[in-house]
Amino acid sequence: MAIGSILFIIFLGAASFLFFRSVRKIRRNILLGRDVERTDNSSLRWKTTLRVALGQSKMVVRPVAGFLHILVYAGFVIINIEILEIVIDGVFGTHRIFSSWIGVDVYRFFINCFEILALLVLLACVVFLLRRNVVKIARFWNPEMKGWPTSDANLILIAEVLLMSAFLTMDAADVMLMQTSAETLASAGLDKYAINWSGSGFTVSSLLTGLLPTDIATLHIIERFCWWFHILGILAFLNYLAISKHLHIILAFPAVYFSNLKAKGEFDNLESVKNEVELMFDPSVDPYAAPPEPDENAVPVAFGAKDVKDLSWKQLMDSYTCTECGRCTSECPANQTGKLLSPRKIMMDTRDRLTELGNYIDKNGLEAEDDKTLINDYITPEELWACTSCNACTEACPINLDPLSIIVDLRRYLVMEQSAAPAELNNMFTNIENNGAPWQFAQADRLNWKDE
Amino acid sequence: MSDQIQVKTMAEMLANGEEPEVLFWVGCAGSFDDRAKKITRSFVSILNKIDIKFAVLGTEESCTGDPAKRAGNEFLFQMQAMSNIQVLNSYGVKKIVTTCPHCFNTLKNEYPGLGGDYEVMHHTQFLTGLMSDGRLKVEGGSFKGKRITFHDPCYLGRANNEYEAPRNLLAKLDSELVEMKRCKTKGLCCGAGGAQMFKEAEKGNKEVNIERTEDALEVKPDIIATGCPFCNTMMTDGVKNFEKEGSIKIFDLAELIAEAQTN
Repeated sequence: MAIGSILFIIFLGAASFLFFRSVRKIRRNILLGRDVERTDNSSLRWKTTLRVALGQSKMVVRPVAGFLHILVYAGFVIINIEILEIVIDGVFGTHRIFSSWIGVDVYRFFINCFEILALLVLLACVVFLLRRNVVKIARFWNPEMKGWPTSDANLILIAEVLLMSAFLTMDAADVMLMQTSAETLASAGLDKYAINWSGSGFTVSSLLTGLLPTDIATLHIIERFCWWFHILGILAFLNYLAISKHLHIILAFPAVYFSNLKAKGEFDNLESVKNEVELMFDPSVDPYAAPPEPDENAVPVAFGAKDVKDLSWKQLMDSYTCTECGRCTSECPANQTGKLLSPRKIMMDTRDRLTELGNYIDKNGLEAEDDKTLINDYITPEELWACTSCNACTEACPINLDPLSIIVDLRRYLVMEQSAAPAELNNMFTNIENNGAPWQFAQADRLNWKDE
Repeated sequence: MSDQIQVKTMAEMLANGEEPEVLFWVGCAGSFDDRAKKITRSFVSILNKIDIKFAVLGTEESCTGDPAKRAGNEFLFQMQAMSNIQVLNSYGVKKIVTTCPHCFNTLKNEYPGLGGDYEVMHHTQFLTGLMSDGRLKVEGGSFKGKRITFHDPCYLGRANNEYEAPRNLLAKLDSELVEMKRCKTKGLCCGAGGAQMFKEAEKGNKEVNIERTEDALEVKPDIIATGCPFCNTMMTDGVKNFEKEGSIKIFDLAELIAEAQTN
């Protein structure tokens, strides 16, 4: 076996192993969340996934970004068919193995399609970079984007530009080699490039041939460099996903599938509260009865969420899925009027806190608890109290993520566990308790409007 | 208001052996807020004129618990919900109409899980139904040529996907419906939801209702139509802030329809 093949198999194996390890860790972290039922109505779930995730229906609400995103997305999905060939070539030391299976003309048709897509992806990524860094679209410059989130976005876009450039340059050099006579190739020891190529090169890469040298030894070096750069780049990118917002390319699909299908206005009725309230309303319960023996294994129920473990696995999955596009924040009435609340920051904080807790668990065991919490250490009450629960964020999210449910769960903790609602809201609660209305009016006056 | 309106409570109906066609859930704003009470009376006057047999709970009605729930007080919400459900179920209520989208959302979506299953309608849906049944007739008349813009309440629109019922009603007024740049799914909140109505806003550089009023002013309306008593308050305050209360009126759809009703 050639040294190239052995190296390739080592790299492929190592990248797959590392990626698999990251996936397991992310899965473990997501499952730290409490359970929530999201498997009902599978036909509607599949339809929603086809429409929203695969069909990008909510992306195109903003047509420019939506259109460019569809280019990159289609390019990503389709060009990756090419990876299969690269892997086979890499393992067996072959050269463009598919061309010998399907014939040069059909092969050329497919590569032409890939190249056109690659060019469109490259252009779209350049436009995306310009939108972020030159046009400075406001939603990419909110405070929570400072530092790593901005670098993360730029790194992803630059990586895609480089990968697509390598792909096109490789094709250009390769076609020049393949168009060289078999004898010349054989004398240079490059027999496998002699694949009886006839006719033109590929649509896009043939525009680059003028820029390349004609000497076949140099061409071979360029072709090999680009080939290795492209595939190692992809393997590195795969592992980069685990620490990047770019994980959405995988998680967007399950996140949409398991998304909330109910009316957006419906907030869940907390079961733990329901049990208590039902007891209070049950006339057969003896209020003076001795409490039952406490179950030693029972986990004390907390009302609402103080930390990521109190959120559901779906909310945690959402946090890993968010790609920080900021459409939620740009539609948020609180954010637009200068309040601290940013729904995107809620998602980012949840992920950051979950990552932190996950790392702590790695060192100290699954039951270990550090002394930090999502609330206060990451998200302040001031942010939470600015929310109008208007659902603009959930409507704006292209993949149905739900920052609002996290906000409400954190509010529940503040109110029910800490009695830490703003004073005016405590007054409102008292009014409802005492006279059945959020204001101080007597219940007996409730029908006075009829005679006024 | 001088118009005499007829309102019976469920208790009165039951005592007379009558059963209403629908229960009108008035809501706290509709019961106590001076501006919202006018909306309540307008809606009742529509029903009275076409002899819709309805009832209210009167003093047996209590807050649905919506503001408590949005603020995070799930206990208080469920206490309110359970006791309301006991009252509603004891009267065998099946159909509810309400002029408040917050009550509408809570009754429709959150009560079923606690044992309260009813057919719940927002008044704009109910009135649309009455019109298509031919029971309610309106004529544009005084609204002809007026520019009306509709502010979508979050808890009717995004929360429950109802954008058409209020617009259907406006279309019957022969007025010119002018949409704000942010409308329907993209409609901007008035700033009152999520229990914000009952507290000062957090520190920022603007009030949400001012931002929303600017949207409305841009389309130069004669009337801003609303379908929620809280939106009504916020938009009224916003228009006053711009000193436009002389030229722009804020009306609930119930008031507009009451004005245009011909039967």
